[in-house]
Amino acid sequence: MALELKHVTKRFGTFTAVDDLSLSIPESEMFGFLGANGAGKTTTFRMILGLLDPSGGKITWNGNPIDYSTSPLIGYLPEERGLYPKLKVKDQVIYLAKLRGMAKQDCLKELTYWLERFKVPEYANKKIEELSKGNQQKIQFITAVIHKPKLLILDEPFSGLDPVNVELLKDAVMELKDNGTTIVFSSHRMEHVEELCEHLCIMQKGRPVVHGSLKEIKRSFGRKNLIIHADYDLSFLKDTRGVVKARQTAEGIQLQISGEDAAEAIFREVAEKGFVRKFVLEEPSLNDIFIEKAGASYE
Amino acid sequence: MNNFMTILLHTYLSKLKTKSFIVTTLITVVIVAGLANLSGIIDYFDKDDKERIAVIDETGVLLAPLQEQMDALNNNISLIAYKGSEAEGENAVKDEEYKGLLLLSFTEEELPEAAYKARSIADSAIPSELQGGLQQLKTQMAATQINLSPEQLSKLYEPVPFDKTALEENAKTEEELNQARGLVYVLLFIIYFAVILYANMIAMEVATEKSSRVMEILISSVSPIKQMFAKILGIGLLSLTQMALILLVGFFSVKQNLDTMEGGFFEFFGFENIPASTIAYALIFFILGYFLYATLAAFLGSLVSRIEDIQQMITPMTMMVVAGFMIAMFGLGQPEASFVTITSYIPFFTPMLMFMRVGMLSLPVWEPIIGIVILLVSIILLAVFGARVYRGGVLMYGKSNSFKDIKKALQLTKNE
Repeated sequence: MALELKHVTKRFGTFTAVDDLSLSIPESEMFGFLGANGAGKTTTFRMILGLLDPSGGKITWNGNPIDYSTSPLIGYLPEERGLYPKLKVKDQVIYLAKLRGMAKQDCLKELTYWLERFKVPEYANKKIEELSKGNQQKIQFITAVIHKPKLLILDEPFSGLDPVNVELLKDAVMELKDNGTTIVFSSHRMEHVEELCEHLCIMQKGRPVVHGSLKEIKRSFGRKNLIIHADYDLSFLKDTRGVVKARQTAEGIQLQISGEDAAEAIFREVAEKGFVRKFVLEEPSLNDIFIEKAGASYE
Repeated sequence: MNNFMTILLHTYLSKLKTKSFIVTTLITVVIVAGLANLSGIIDYFDKDDKERIAVIDETGVLLAPLQEQMDALNNNISLIAYKGSEAEGENAVKDEEYKGLLLLSFTEEELPEAAYKARSIADSAIPSELQGGLQQLKTQMAATQINLSPEQLSKLYEPVPFDKTALEENAKTEEELNQARGLVYVLLFIIYFAVILYANMIAMEVATEKSSRVMEILISSVSPIKQMFAKILGIGLLSLTQMALILLVGFFSVKQNLDTMEGGFFEFFGFENIPASTIAYALIFFILGYFLYATLAAFLGSLVSRIEDIQQMITPMTMMVVAGFMIAMFGLGQPEASFVTITSYIPFFTPMLMFMRVGMLSLPVWEPIIGIVILLVSIILLAVFGARVYRGGVLMYGKSNSFKDIKKALQLTKNE
């Protein structure tokens, strides 16, 4: 296992931000780290980076502790974007890359490559404050990956980007992963996580509530989504046995049910009533799982 | 160590290249060069520009001796006998032909009496010089009237011989003290301004990095402590560059103009024979004072999340510098006051007060050395404490910015 967290706990005074978190992430893996706001994601990242010391437990990278001597191996894209507003893109990236142990010449070469790849080669000599927010984010992403880190931590990498740029960044992230980078990635956009990550963990109040591979998580969640479109009123299904949640849509109803056998019963029931234009049984989306597991904290 | 140099050079070079730094340095250099060449500049504008004063001498005997007096006083007033009437003279003044009109006459006691008329009497220099000249003349005339010889007269005006001697061995003589006062005064000012200016710069730098959130990336690559000291050294290097530039320009312009300045303002400030030890102490206390306040500023800067709050945060620190400066100014007149002696051992006042004392008095060597040791120890303590606050402080974001945050910042770095 490349990145190991063993029984990691972090307390701030009486408040426990992260409680007994154990994770192991293999090399060249993209790991999704989810949780509602304040669930302890950023604190965990800060502990992995060595910015905060855990109150208990251990974090290792290939068996070694992570500290400033390993910083050239690590790339970090923080949630709050930050660059020197008055500095030129080139100077900025070179400065931050140098701090990660990169030589200036290599850095210039890589910077040209990345700027071209993100279709913004003309920005090299512009000041950060002159760029749009989305473009600043691209530069921020470049500073996180330019030194070819072995471990890359992305805190909300796609927030604030338009769909075209999201695709550009997603491709870059996939390529890094295929080249052997281990990536830990947090996002509130479940469809991104579903698309990119094989393994994930959902945090709630500092505790991991769901942990495992995406497929297993979906299977063990048990519930499925059932979408029915018909010309008559379907609201009577709300009270049927096995229905956990129901939501009326324009063309019919969307149900969350406890399992496949419930679907069969419902199928027979609506078939008696009349013609059904659509009857689809789906795997639950990560979004549903997230709301169910992490949403508890909102109640 | 490599990262340390990278940050140090980045801080130094990026600040060096900013417009505000270049502009302030240039302005200061111009002012210093201007001050040093002041007499030359004044002469340039005042060349052959003797003020012409029309004189109507009713007595017919006063003008010549008055002119003599005025020449003796070495000023640029030239008196010209005016032939016309008073009204014509007034018109000539109004037409700017003359600077002013002086009417000379005798009183009943046969002593000089005068009236001065000018377009405006805002310029008080000319009338007062004329008055001074006339006063001398009057004294002479009055003396002659009562049959006093010039020797008797000078006896009357001779000042009392009054000699001050310090009994303590190697205490400074009166003349030395005056010289030291001038030099110490100027150096104190430099220390005062530099500490405020550069400590502010550090606090701003830290707060800018924090508010623009670059900090989080920086501290994930380099330890906050390394970063803090690299920054303090970087700005320190910058301050020495600026100081060196200004002093160099000052030194050369003074050297060039040394002949014209003799006996003037510069002698008063004790620039003629600068004691090397005073300069050495100034440098030592400047550097130590800088480090003390820079460390304080860096960790105070790490506690704010927005640049707007920085002033509020470092005001207590600025007050401390100002207080030290005030006491030092007071101490210039009474360097031996026990209040000054005691406060010179309080770390935040030591840089200015101990320097003032060592420059003004003949202190035994151990006193400034104790001061230096006190400073070194407080810098180390402050650095250890400050580094811990800094480490937590840079991760804290929020609108509160009080000294309670120090506790919060320390808590962040604790491993329970």
